[in-house]
Amino acid sequence: MLAPFQQLGHATLGTMQKLGRANLFICHVLTGLPEILRRIRLLLAQVYSVGVLTILLVSVSGLFVGMVLGLQGYNVLSDFGAEQTLGVMVAASLVRELGPVVTALLFAGRAGSALTAEIGLMKATEQLSGMEMMAVDPLKRIIAPRFFAGCLSMPLLASLFSMIGVMGGYFVGVGLLGVDEGAFWSQMRSRIDFYDDIVNGLIKSAVFGVIVTWIAVFEGYDAVPTSEGVSRATTRSVVYSAFAVLGWDFVLTALMFGGD
Amino acid sequence: MAGGNAGGEVLVSIRNLTFSRGSRKIFDGVNLDIPRGKITAIMGPSGTGKTTLLKLIGGQLRPDSGTITVDGRIVHELSLGRLYELRKKIGMLFQTGALLTDLNVFENVAFPLREHTKLPESMIRTLVLMKLQAVGLRGARDLMPAQLSGGMARRVALARAITLDPMMIMYDEPFTGQDPISMGVLVKLIRDLNRELGLTSIVVSHDVEETASIADYIYLISEGKVVGQGTPDAIRHSESPWVLQFMEGLADGPVPFHYPAPDYAADLLNPPA
Amino acid sequence: MQSSKAIEIWVGLFVAVGLIALFFLAMQVSNLAELRSNDDSYRIVARFENIGSLRVRAPVSVAGVTVGRVSAISFDNQTYEAVVEMRIDPKYDTLPIDTSASILTAGLLGEQYIGLSPGGAEEHLADGDEIELTQSAIVLEQVISRFLFNKAEGGGASGGAATSSE
Repeated sequence: MLAPFQQLGHATLGTMQKLGRANLFICHVLTGLPEILRRIRLLLAQVYSVGVLTILLVSVSGLFVGMVLGLQGYNVLSDFGAEQTLGVMVAASLVRELGPVVTALLFAGRAGSALTAEIGLMKATEQLSGMEMMAVDPLKRIIAPRFFAGCLSMPLLASLFSMIGVMGGYFVGVGLLGVDEGAFWSQMRSRIDFYDDIVNGLIKSAVFGVIVTWIAVFEGYDAVPTSEGVSRATTRSVVYSAFAVLGWDFVLTALMFGGD
Repeated sequence: MAGGNAGGEVLVSIRNLTFSRGSRKIFDGVNLDIPRGKITAIMGPSGTGKTTLLKLIGGQLRPDSGTITVDGRIVHELSLGRLYELRKKIGMLFQTGALLTDLNVFENVAFPLREHTKLPESMIRTLVLMKLQAVGLRGARDLMPAQLSGGMARRVALARAITLDPMMIMYDEPFTGQDPISMGVLVKLIRDLNRELGLTSIVVSHDVEETASIADYIYLISEGKVVGQGTPDAIRHSESPWVLQFMEGLADGPVPFHYPAPDYAADLLNPPA
Repeated sequence: MQSSKAIEIWVGLFVAVGLIALFFLAMQVSNLAELRSNDDSYRIVARFENIGSLRVRAPVSVAGVTVGRVSAISFDNQTYEAVVEMRIDPKYDTLPIDTSASILTAGLLGEQYIGLSPGGAEEHLADGDEIELTQSAIVLEQVISRFLFNKAEGGGASGGAATSSE
């Protein structure tokens, strides 16, 4: 009779505890910033494995997303004789939404899952514990560089995605479908606002970077230290990241573009 | 009070320790003394929380009650900074070695030096090679941990544990899963290091022969309590049936062969409806 | 693990590419380049009876070339007119003083913008000047209702003329 309520209560308490742990965790990690700045090499190595190794995936995806936008946009806009605004459509969708969101999802799949698995395995093989016993704080030495590297890489990757996407749209629209080149760029430039569109998109991607990396490193650190626990944590990391990114995207969009 | 009577100064002293995980009591009123400069073994069946005991001594876990004193300081009352200061003087050898998988052997051994000292590169190189020479793996310095056998990984981890010249080393199951030769190497290393560096060693193990051959004093732990203690010879000639069963490896005794179950015949004759 | 030099080079390239992408988005895709040149632009004002859906930042064009942007729109409590303030690029400082302004629509459903048609006067518009000749936005509903009204009244023959008699 009361069993469902007990289950609900159990799940609620468990979630609250996990959120609490995640917040304490991130506070501790943030205190590692001064040390990271002193030993910038630790950060660079992680920017390499988190950011540089994701470039190819992000570039190729950006190119195809941009090309598809060009193709689909042309089909719809040409019905209204508005092919000239193809550039606006492609650029606005990329800069405002697809750039930050798709990059964050790709980033969660490529870099986030790798971070979770790596940290989870380090925990399972007692590397983190061993570090503690060597009087080295694993949150500062291992987690903090990875966290800051993720936060730094995401906006750069999202910008790259948007730029290559615009190129892809240009290639299909102007190169293949014969939209006027001057109109493509000038309409785009007159309708895309630097502060409203580009800066807001950048803010979005920075927020997503923090969220995805936070989830990834926390899930790894909080994983049950067995091979099964690590694989579950990796799955959770990607799933939670996707939910969090899409949910926050709605909130941020409502705040940024909802007003008028 | 069960005090260690091995003589000499006491480095680690545990009094009335209780610790539980969830509802399971792992330690219930344990008293231990680890004398300075000796090898003390803590033995017991798997799952009795021997590793947990090492983590309690290292301050990674906090006891529910009781005190753990290391080198005159109560471990679980230290601030994080002080605790880290203390840990620099304690080496720990994990069961798996716990080598950092993305660094090669040389960098693994150099890791504590790079983290805690500002020594010049040439000095670090000299120190690391000395430690690797001590464990006989100077030639393996460029290998990655994945290329090492289990025994070699433990030796590298041992070299790493002694890089900061600790006063004490804790060994967590150093002999488990080793072939006889690696086992022999590890036994020799633990004994030699303890003598030559004047270390205090705590060996947690259930390998009776090897442990008894190097330990100065043995504590036997079962079900959260110290059930026997003494020098290896004294333990071997103990009157206690439990100690005898453990030391001789008998299948039946005070630790029953059968997991608690209802009566065999009745169980067979009455299948559940 | 690669050597630390290679990692540094790769990270350097990564950051550079990311920043270039951002720069490209700012300069090539958005209006940042234009926003910056607005600093020394000059301001002219025009009053309209009805501005339709004209918005701030709508383009101001002469002969189809964008020469400036709408910078502010306000309402005059005395005359009940809309006051539109425009900022014109200082490159185009030879607009005659009798230039007229009309609110036009880009395409059938496009955004509204201000079209300037230069007059023949010798004097040029300067900062703070007002354009006297203005033509309001065409509001589609009004045009259609007037068309239907005329059609009902005149019996169909004058229907075509009614729309252009504004």
